[in-house]
Amino acid sequence: MSAAVTAEAGVRDGRKEDAALEVDGLTVRFAVDKSWLNRLRGRAAELTAVDSVSFAVSQGRSVGIVGESGCGKSTVAKALVGLVAPTSGTIRLAGRELRLRRSRQERRRIQMVFQDPGSSLNPSMTARQALSELLRVHGMVPGGSVDQRCEELLDLVELPARFLDVRPRRLSGGQRQRIGIARALALEPDVLIADESVAALDVSVQASVLNLLTDLRRKLNLTLLFISHDLAVIRHVSDEVLVMYLGGIVESGPAERVFDVPQHPYTKALLASAPRLKRDLTDLVPLIGEPPSPLDLPSGCRFAGRCPEAFDRCHAERPSLIDHAQGCAACWLVGRG
Amino acid sequence: MLSIRDLHVSFRGREGTVTPVDGVDLEVAGGEVLGIAGESGSGKSLTLKAILGLLPRGGFVSAGELRFSGDGGWPRPYDPAAVRGHGMSMVFQEPMTALNPTMRVGDLIGLGPRLHHGRSRAQARSEAVELMREVGIPAPERRARAWPHELSGGLRQRVMIATALSTRPRLLLCDEPTTALDVTVQRQILMLLRKLVAERGMSMVFVTHDLPVLGQFADRIAVMYAGRIVEVDGASRLFHRPSHPYTHALMHSAPVIDAVSDTLAGIGGRPPDPRAFPRGCRFADRCSHALPECGDAPYRLVAGDGVAASACIRSLELQGIR
Repeated sequence: MSAAVTAEAGVRDGRKEDAALEVDGLTVRFAVDKSWLNRLRGRAAELTAVDSVSFAVSQGRSVGIVGESGCGKSTVAKALVGLVAPTSGTIRLAGRELRLRRSRQERRRIQMVFQDPGSSLNPSMTARQALSELLRVHGMVPGGSVDQRCEELLDLVELPARFLDVRPRRLSGGQRQRIGIARALALEPDVLIADESVAALDVSVQASVLNLLTDLRRKLNLTLLFISHDLAVIRHVSDEVLVMYLGGIVESGPAERVFDVPQHPYTKALLASAPRLKRDLTDLVPLIGEPPSPLDLPSGCRFAGRCPEAFDRCHAERPSLIDHAQGCAACWLVGRG
Repeated sequence: MLSIRDLHVSFRGREGTVTPVDGVDLEVAGGEVLGIAGESGSGKSLTLKAILGLLPRGGFVSAGELRFSGDGGWPRPYDPAAVRGHGMSMVFQEPMTALNPTMRVGDLIGLGPRLHHGRSRAQARSEAVELMREVGIPAPERRARAWPHELSGGLRQRVMIATALSTRPRLLLCDEPTTALDVTVQRQILMLLRKLVAERGMSMVFVTHDLPVLGQFADRIAVMYAGRIVEVDGASRLFHRPSHPYTHALMHSAPVIDAVSDTLAGIGGRPPDPRAFPRGCRFADRCSHALPECGDAPYRLVAGDGVAASACIRSLELQGIR
């Protein structure tokens, strides 16, 4: 296996060298109750959005992070680009640690494409203004060739150059998202993070943006981190998949393994719940209830309360990621046949 | 039970009148689940809102006829504003914005019975608790005193469904009711809706952009494009043998969960602007099967066998494309 997503155990057995992006024990907590009185009393409520998440991706691979709302997938993305401060854990790119405060050079290397291009693009700036500002500030190209580079970038995202002088509101959703991708690519990043980047688009447009992202990854040898709640989309773009539930990774492995032979009961339920064109709704409800509040996490396995296969140990003790053939899952049942 | 003939919904604006819903014909039989599928801007939500007289400001029904029968008799013309709470109810997409945040959910659910059925406060409260139990809300007595913001997304959607059911509708209109929910919760809500329709003998019109969701429980599906219905058929036949190229393209645009494909088909171009709908077939310039005559083809939904109908002039030769 050419390496890729590995649990902590996997990282130790020597695959560390070729990994472009390594995340080790990433934990993000938010203070929920900010009143100073409670903080003085030491009673500040904390929400653990991401709980010791570790994975590694080698250059040019794509990793999909899938999970339901509140599972922490977007917080992982924000921590990677430096938009939220990790409480603990490290993020390394090609062996160098990236901290919250980054040099311009470091910031450039991980870029993000956001969900809604309608609100993440400056409405008063044309694509040319937005892109050339970036190119100048980061000194990506000599001043004289900024315009030429802008045209190249639009060409890269398959838009005609005339869209350079159009403001975002004149563009369709798909065109805006292409500008969003061009903006991320302007800084020639090593890692591109797409956080629900096609969720707001109609399926017909979604297809072309997904194709574009796949092409760009091959062409530019980008490491792609694709975050989505949509299992079909994740399967389409990812080499490796991480399934998250309530802040932690519950299963990881090569995409085809995770989708074809899921090990964790949550992954199984997620796959069983996904609507499919030619299949009738069976009477079987794969999962009851909803995830518990991240403010009040159960002590054992976080999924135990909804898990159809839970037994005593699950409620008492939290499983860590356990290796199995070509992947790992955080479940006591793994490896028990 | 519901019959829509040649429905036009228009908006008057600075640039003249636009008609984003442009001649929709629909029939819903008693006990039937009709799905309306389409992408944003296809007019599917406006069609639904026109049925209940909930069109956004500036929108009006510019032509066409709506008929409804609340008692199993022959459908008669009705006043969309007066039918709400009397035979028809609606479930909206986003329960956080559709539920009144200043009312406890028990009072909210009991409001319909108090206004429309003259129930007392106490009677309405006990009916609300009963409905909450029916839609699967755990500990309904306690939850009836909760505020909408205290509930999770799935429970809020259940509250909205209970609210819609409180006036005992014969027809339930659903506008993307599961789009804002996670897949595991989405599935619970879909199963609940299907169970309610069967148990109460209601009819349902279910609007969504998500074809696989409809595939799960609609009896019949109408596909809308640029303000018109382009194809209607029984759900399983539509998916196995689509006769309109747009339906086919829509089905093959989205990645599928059970297989890996290298590139996705997608649909080139974009839907036409309602301010300037083209003549002839509105899908023609994005269609890979278009002929020169498609540009002049008048819009007509031609009946095929059974409940099938297609607006494509090549529907017979293209049926079961590929």
